[in-house]
Amino acid sequence: MKKTVLFEKLGFFSLGLAGLLVLSVLIWIIGDIFVHGASVISWEFLTQSPREGMTQGGILPAIIGTFLVSLITIILAVPLGMFSAIYLNEYAHQGPLVRFIRLSIRNLSGVPSIVYGLFGVALFVRFFHLGASILSAGMTLGLLTLPWTITASEEALKTVPKSFRDGALALGATKWQAIRTNVLPYAIPGMLTGAILGLARAAGETAPILFTGAAFFVPFLPKSLFDQFMALPYHLYILATQHQDIARVRPIAYGTGLVLIALIIGLNGIAVFIRYQYRKKARMAS
Amino acid sequence: MQPSSSLQIPAEDVKISVRNLNFYYDETKALDDMNIDIPNNQVTAFIGPSGCGKSTFLRCLNRMNETIRGTRIEGTILLDGIDMYAQEVDVVDVRRRVGMVFQKSNPFPKSIFENMAYGLRINGLKNKRQIAETVEQSLIDAALWEEVKDRLFESAMGLSGGQQQRLCIARALAIKPEVILMDEPASALDPIATQKIEDLIQKLKKNYTIVIVTHNMQQAARVSDITAFFYLGKLIEVNETGIIFTRPRLQQTEDYITGRFG
Repeated sequence: MKKTVLFEKLGFFSLGLAGLLVLSVLIWIIGDIFVHGASVISWEFLTQSPREGMTQGGILPAIIGTFLVSLITIILAVPLGMFSAIYLNEYAHQGPLVRFIRLSIRNLSGVPSIVYGLFGVALFVRFFHLGASILSAGMTLGLLTLPWTITASEEALKTVPKSFRDGALALGATKWQAIRTNVLPYAIPGMLTGAILGLARAAGETAPILFTGAAFFVPFLPKSLFDQFMALPYHLYILATQHQDIARVRPIAYGTGLVLIALIIGLNGIAVFIRYQYRKKARMAS
Repeated sequence: MQPSSSLQIPAEDVKISVRNLNFYYDETKALDDMNIDIPNNQVTAFIGPSGCGKSTFLRCLNRMNETIRGTRIEGTILLDGIDMYAQEVDVVDVRRRVGMVFQKSNPFPKSIFENMAYGLRINGLKNKRQIAETVEQSLIDAALWEEVKDRLFESAMGLSGGQQQRLCIARALAIKPEVILMDEPASALDPIATQKIEDLIQKLKKNYTIVIVTHNMQQAARVSDITAFFYLGKLIEVNETGIIFTRPRLQQTEDYITGRFG
């Protein structure tokens, strides 16, 4: 065999191996959690509070806590992200200021999540006197998600052809009319996809909620957004490292992990579905 | 006398009057001292080689260049005697009165009916019957009604290229403009579709003032009453189409229309 052919085959083989390796790690993690956690999943596990020092019962408060915090995250991050993106992409004069804003957004996405946590304590818990609460934690996660939602929204706006804008303007639309009626409808699926992916990441975060509202154990379900709460990732962390009898609660820890992963895969699934629908529509349009 | 003003149009017939127009992309001067009168209810064609500024000039006539960052304009463009760039003039109003059809047909990914109704709706028309009537009449005027009347609620993307372009013309007609600018409207179409667009232009000039950019000289000769020759950002010669194509005053114009360059 010629040397170049051999070299090429070796190259393809190592590329394939790298891909396979990544896939197997993912399958291993999910498989491991599934094998160890599936046995504790039951209706009771999903609908009851922990009992007997968290060795019995379910994880309902953590599920509800994560749900409520995610809701606050969406309410903050999605509109703010969309509006910022519309401003940056459609209205702002493309000068040094906008370049600086873009650079800041990029840097924000690289800030470690624990730093967001500290910032959340300083701003929401202390300065705005919201206390350690669902609201504080949700808004902290909202800030964490913001760079993703802005970037995804801008990308979505960029995919709408200029001819849609020009066509509307030439028919006597104002700039905002053109954006609202002939740009946003085609950008919103992309914006939502980005928001959901950002949310999926935020929902699994522990560090930002650690100081801003997540509690070790709350014996009742939250009654208002100013209550402390239990959350799936933090509950998992407690069960895996802070509990007095770690070995005994390990299956519950795995079960919690499984629920969390299912939630995130579910969110990603929704994002993929929206994107798929959108692509199908876009193909029809071209 | 400047060569570009060799044509005298009676003042009452002038729809658009351009004086001393300069246009810049950033620091690059794209249009240099343009002067032209565009007559009412006639077809004016802009010809010239690629990059000569004819499309840029066309987009000055409904202020569409303002959507491009870093552009700047000097001079005056009068629409019915009023400066369309004056501060108190609303750009939206200018674009309602001066409609535009683009080189690449750009139907929106909506139904044929929704494409037609779009301009009416954003201009505040709510009455469903009125919208439907205007849509029908505009499609009839654009010679498209017979072809689409049974599929009004199907996607406009399913139309052929020529039909899409006529839909864009019909869409522009729906908001009842006074002037229609066409930027190489047939450059992507086959001869039969081109023929239909040209027939349509002839028909429309009864009610509209039409300005068309083309680099097809036969097309300019066939459809236009006035022809303006552009070269390197300058307006070289304007005259009645018959004169431009038979005995142009300038050597440059003659070289271009006889195909010696460009």
